[in-house]
Amino acid sequence: MAETAVAPRLELKGISKRFPGVVANDHVSFAVPAGAIHALLGENGAGKSTLVKIIYGVQGADEGEIVFDGQPVRIGSPREARALGIGMVFQHFSLFEAMTVLENIALGMDEPPPRRELEARVRQVLDTYGLSLDPYRHVHTLSVGERQRIEIVRALLQQPKLLIMDEPTSVLTPQEVEQLFTTLRRLAAEGCSILYISHKLHEIKALCQSATIMRGGKVVATCDPREESAQSMAELMIGGSLKALSDKSGAAKGEARFVVASLSAPGEPPFGTSLKDVSFAVRSGEIFGIAGVAGNGQNELLAVVSGENQRGVSGSIRLDGTELARLSVGARRRAGLASSPEERNGHAAVPAMTLTENAILSARSRMGLASGGVIRAKAARDYAAKVIEAFSVKATGPGAAAGSLSGGNLQKFVMGREIMQNPAVLVVSQPTWGVDAGAASFIRQAMIDLAAKGACVVVVSQDLDELLELCDRLAVINEGQLSEPMAVKGISIERVGLLMGGIHGAGQVGAKADTGTGRAPAEKKHLEPAL
Amino acid sequence: MLIGAVTGFAVATTTGLPVLGALGAMAAAALAASIFAFLVLTLMANQVATGLALTIFGTGVSALIGAPFVGITTPTFGPIFPEALTSSPLLRLVFGHSPVVYLGLILTLAVAWFLARSRAGLILRAVGESDTAAHAIGYPVLTVRYLAILFGGAMAGLAGSYYSLVLTPMWAERLTAGRGWIAIALVVFASWKPGRMLAGAYLFGLVITMELQAKAAGFNMFAPEVLAALPYVATIAVLAIISAAKRGGANAPACLGKSFRATA
Repeated sequence: MAETAVAPRLELKGISKRFPGVVANDHVSFAVPAGAIHALLGENGAGKSTLVKIIYGVQGADEGEIVFDGQPVRIGSPREARALGIGMVFQHFSLFEAMTVLENIALGMDEPPPRRELEARVRQVLDTYGLSLDPYRHVHTLSVGERQRIEIVRALLQQPKLLIMDEPTSVLTPQEVEQLFTTLRRLAAEGCSILYISHKLHEIKALCQSATIMRGGKVVATCDPREESAQSMAELMIGGSLKALSDKSGAAKGEARFVVASLSAPGEPPFGTSLKDVSFAVRSGEIFGIAGVAGNGQNELLAVVSGENQRGVSGSIRLDGTELARLSVGARRRAGLASSPEERNGHAAVPAMTLTENAILSARSRMGLASGGVIRAKAARDYAAKVIEAFSVKATGPGAAAGSLSGGNLQKFVMGREIMQNPAVLVVSQPTWGVDAGAASFIRQAMIDLAAKGACVVVVSQDLDELLELCDRLAVINEGQLSEPMAVKGISIERVGLLMGGIHGAGQVGAKADTGTGRAPAEKKHLEPAL
Repeated sequence: MLIGAVTGFAVATTTGLPVLGALGAMAAAALAASIFAFLVLTLMANQVATGLALTIFGTGVSALIGAPFVGITTPTFGPIFPEALTSSPLLRLVFGHSPVVYLGLILTLAVAWFLARSRAGLILRAVGESDTAAHAIGYPVLTVRYLAILFGGAMAGLAGSYYSLVLTPMWAERLTAGRGWIAIALVVFASWKPGRMLAGAYLFGLVITMELQAKAAGFNMFAPEVLAALPYVATIAVLAIISAAKRGGANAPACLGKSFRATA
């Protein structure tokens, strides 16, 4: 991109920020020209979030200078940032569930006009950018995509000159991503600069003209993502080469081993989703994926399959012909059904307890960590240590509190705890959610290895790329209903996206559809960064 | 409430002005609430434990301050409506109350309007719903919470002064007899809606009056202690029913009882 004589919209000069024990940003400098879509790339913990919080005035920098439209500025609060024309769309934590769309928008403005005028302006912005949203709906009734639109409208109402998007697509369907990109391109064409934070490289290739790559708090590279390959950018991000997942083709064989048939269960009031007649079958050595937008019954399905919820459940869950649906969680575990829920802190693991104690919680019967009601302390400690070792969990030892581990390390421990029990079936939800690339790749490989030993693996994930990379077959869950399973080889991304959005009976569309979020089947072999 | 009751009484008897007594009650209770605010907001202490500790503290302090005032009477609020309006029992029902009662009604309406309609009320609700989101947008979470706690303290103080200045114009240790707990139950009962709050307050008032009326009428099927326990039994019953109902507590602010650390 050609340098212009005009001062860039945003220029960072030597921004540093230290926290006790860690340097989050170390002399970070880069510039974003007016009307450019600039990517900020990096793994979890690379310092991206801290940096944008500094730009948006949520945190102050220890050192360095921010230059906005050629003027050095001090941004002491989000209010001052908005006054300059900086808008931000947060990844999460910025909507109020019990309030209406309009109230949420009003809260995000410094001097909101009276209700009626605000409503008119909101409707005008929605029309201009072709977005649909009902101002009087309560936020908890909206899909994730709709929630994001609230944030975008909130930012657009301020007529921003710089819009910061923090991981905006992590929970959207491919169609919603396309719509978002259309909106962003249009904004950029109108002269608004966009700072786009993500670790999904194919999206950045499709959207951005320039990229700054961060690692360990430092800028390690600046590039044009359209000229780089996804592989090269991924390696810059992690600072080493990514190990490609081992080939898993041909592992699935034989008859269906784990069969779920006509599973129905009422949803937990007030906002739970009911499961409606869910059926699927997994063969020995097969990895089966369940895709879908969050909140469509994934957590409910996991709770019913693991045995955590047995209230009002009908249907059958069979492993090697044995009926499990009437058994307790413990009995299912003894039969070889291991599971790991989405929320690792407080659901899969007790944060205040040590890793040893957490290991006992789910592995006591299969690994013989307790006998006759008495804990075998040494066996438990040894098992926890073995998990830590085998899954390279970064922890001070088996005595470390689960809550003291980083998200990725705790997830590795939780997955290791289940996988090393050598289960016949492993059911996991969001195995790599919020986990850095190295750990994610490790966890995926561990699941592939488990399947190679003949186990059935069921992966529930919102990350379609992950499922495409990992699974033999996948089905889509929407409002508690599961679609027909599809073989991943030659799958149509467009059709999966339509199913995720709740359009059932979508016709078979050719596999050519590469919407910018999906990958062509031919690419499947080598590692595309579904990071 | 006890701190408000005793301060109100002390100020009113010393100055001879009940209005100053009520104002003093609010100020003293707000001061006590500021201790609570400092402990739970700045030091992030557990809210339930801190609340219980301060309740015991308040009981003790009020007894200490109140010791010299036991057994004397206080000037109280005069009527605010002309005597003609309070001549018949029916009219007295409407016009025969202490000004504090009308102030209470007006304040309820004011709070309802504030929460539902005003921008500051919207921000207050937002801070209660999601502290992290409010912080991310740039609202001063702790300041808002300090103000809310101080306001709540002042209201409790006003309520306490009603006991010592109007209902029983005298001071005795533990004058409020644990009615403050009913106020907490009322909030749950009303599922955080001011309108329902008012209805609930009258419902509890009715139960309390029943005790007095039954005694006055010489109703002695039960021991008087049973009647005295009625409001508290009603509190437990109401809370149990509400919690058993499916949507129980659905309106509670999502961040109720959570501390907030303003770093993230």
